[in-house]
Amino acid sequence: MTDATLKIAPTGPPARRRIARAVLRGLLYLLLVLFVAYYILPLFVMAITSLKSLDEIRAGSLMSLPQSVSLISWATAWSSACAGIQCEGLQPFFWNSVKMVVPAVFLSTFLGAVNGYALSHWRFRGANLIFALMLFGCFIPFQVVLLPMARTLGLLGLAGSLSGLVLVHVIYGLGFTTLFFRNYYVTIPLELVKAAKIDGAGFFTIFFRIFLPLSPPIIVVTVIWQFTQIWNDFLFGVSFSQAGTQPVTVALNNIVNSTTGVKEYNVDMAAAIIAGLPTLIVYVLAGKYFIRGLTAGSVKG
Amino acid sequence: MSGWMTRNIPKIVVAPSLAAVLFFVYGFIVWTGYVSLTRSRILPRYDFDGLGQYVKLFRTPRWDVAIENLFVFGVLFIAISIALGLLLAVLLDQRIRVEGAIRTIYLYPMALSFIVTGTAWKWILNPGLGIESVVRSWGWESFSFDWLVDPEMAIYTVVIAGVWQASGFVMALFLAGLRSVDQEVIKAAMVDGINLPRIYVSIIIPSLSPVFLSAIIVLAHLAIKSFDLVIALTGGGPGYATDLPATYMYAMAFSRGDLGQAAASATVMMATVAAIIVPYLYSELRPRHD
Repeated sequence: MTDATLKIAPTGPPARRRIARAVLRGLLYLLLVLFVAYYILPLFVMAITSLKSLDEIRAGSLMSLPQSVSLISWATAWSSACAGIQCEGLQPFFWNSVKMVVPAVFLSTFLGAVNGYALSHWRFRGANLIFALMLFGCFIPFQVVLLPMARTLGLLGLAGSLSGLVLVHVIYGLGFTTLFFRNYYVTIPLELVKAAKIDGAGFFTIFFRIFLPLSPPIIVVTVIWQFTQIWNDFLFGVSFSQAGTQPVTVALNNIVNSTTGVKEYNVDMAAAIIAGLPTLIVYVLAGKYFIRGLTAGSVKG
Repeated sequence: MSGWMTRNIPKIVVAPSLAAVLFFVYGFIVWTGYVSLTRSRILPRYDFDGLGQYVKLFRTPRWDVAIENLFVFGVLFIAISIALGLLLAVLLDQRIRVEGAIRTIYLYPMALSFIVTGTAWKWILNPGLGIESVVRSWGWESFSFDWLVDPEMAIYTVVIAGVWQASGFVMALFLAGLRSVDQEVIKAAMVDGINLPRIYVSIIIPSLSPVFLSAIIVLAHLAIKSFDLVIALTGGGPGYATDLPATYMYAMAFSRGDLGQAAASATVMMATVAAIIVPYLYSELRPRHD
């Protein structure tokens, strides 16, 4: 039956069709490889530039491989490049970012889990409205909160501190973390919670005994999402930090745009790779979860 | 007492987050909105002054440039990212052998900070040592590519870097959409002898309209918020040729010390985003009746 219907479509001798098909496949793969080159190229250029000496950069071509590999610019970028007036490289700022990211990711993920659980399985009056209000909060252009936030951090005594940045990232990350957990928890059957309630289990018992053990996949998605967002943030970092508490993205920008001395392109590139490496590593190791977070943030669950 | 506690635990648990959001999101929006209606300069003043800041804002040439740039950047960024993302998704949907690896490469820019990629593109587009010198070394001695420092063209370098960063993400959205298209319909069309390009153009792609909408919303939102990319790539320059509303607001708030103008420009941005996001969220969150 299927054989008979399929024979209607073909035209021309099979050999020619097979060749045409092979050519098309070849073109398809060629196109895909060209696009791979397009996406890889900037990273490739950064890497080879960071390994060249300044003389070679000035004399040679953007794409040529380094004649002699040198890691000096990496060392400079890490420990002695000047960001503004401070010449200690990216190192102190890299650790600032770590100190900011770890508590901010932990707190916002935990709060998102509890909120998502309360809003999905303990549907009280107004739960949907609260969720909508929180969700809208993650889409606002943050410029609209910069001025009052600067004043509030000042009043709280947190101006220019890492704790202030942690607070900011937790608050403006809440919408997304709540969204992730809520959309994940709605797929857990209500009967499970009902049965547990009949057995006398309370709010927190059900959360810690039933929901948390089911949560590792969504915890991974949320942690990766928050980590990437907070590590890569620049706007809050540049607005609410001061010399000494800047996160790595701000320091990178200062190194690249410092106007004093000779422009050291190789150091700039090494610094950029160092600043990008943590999120890149996470992406390579757990890209699947990163993509899930990205699409959950744009398409409803 | 303990009975009341037990009954209200879910509300008590959500309350701190709700309070934080009400204060730090909605309270702050109201504060900024109000300050935009005062004559605040370096310090906020709270005496009402009407729409003076907005009149001033829209008479400022630098703001006009920022709006115009946002329009040029936004339209090109959205259109090219969608075209490229859709093309990549369709190409990858042809039972490609190493699809996973290729997809990973197309999407990795999205994991990087705009400051990192801005730094990379600034180097690649460097008028003396970047692409220009590569093409010259291939023998085309008179080739010139100095968009980065050309006030007329600099905004297009932001488009180049932005598209590179976001197109892989659009591909992921479309690929997910393509995978959920009903395979039976496609099989039936093939049995009818319709060729593959036509199946894509007249059956598959039209069925992806919700994905188009999502992609446009997300990209528009990214475009309006664009700040780091411009700072890293051009710093808003040459002059203020590549200013966007986000960089204009930042300059007014932190280097010019003009809170009134900063608040007014932030409020305009907020209103624009709300006009896009509110209807979208409303339609996404509304209970389905089917």
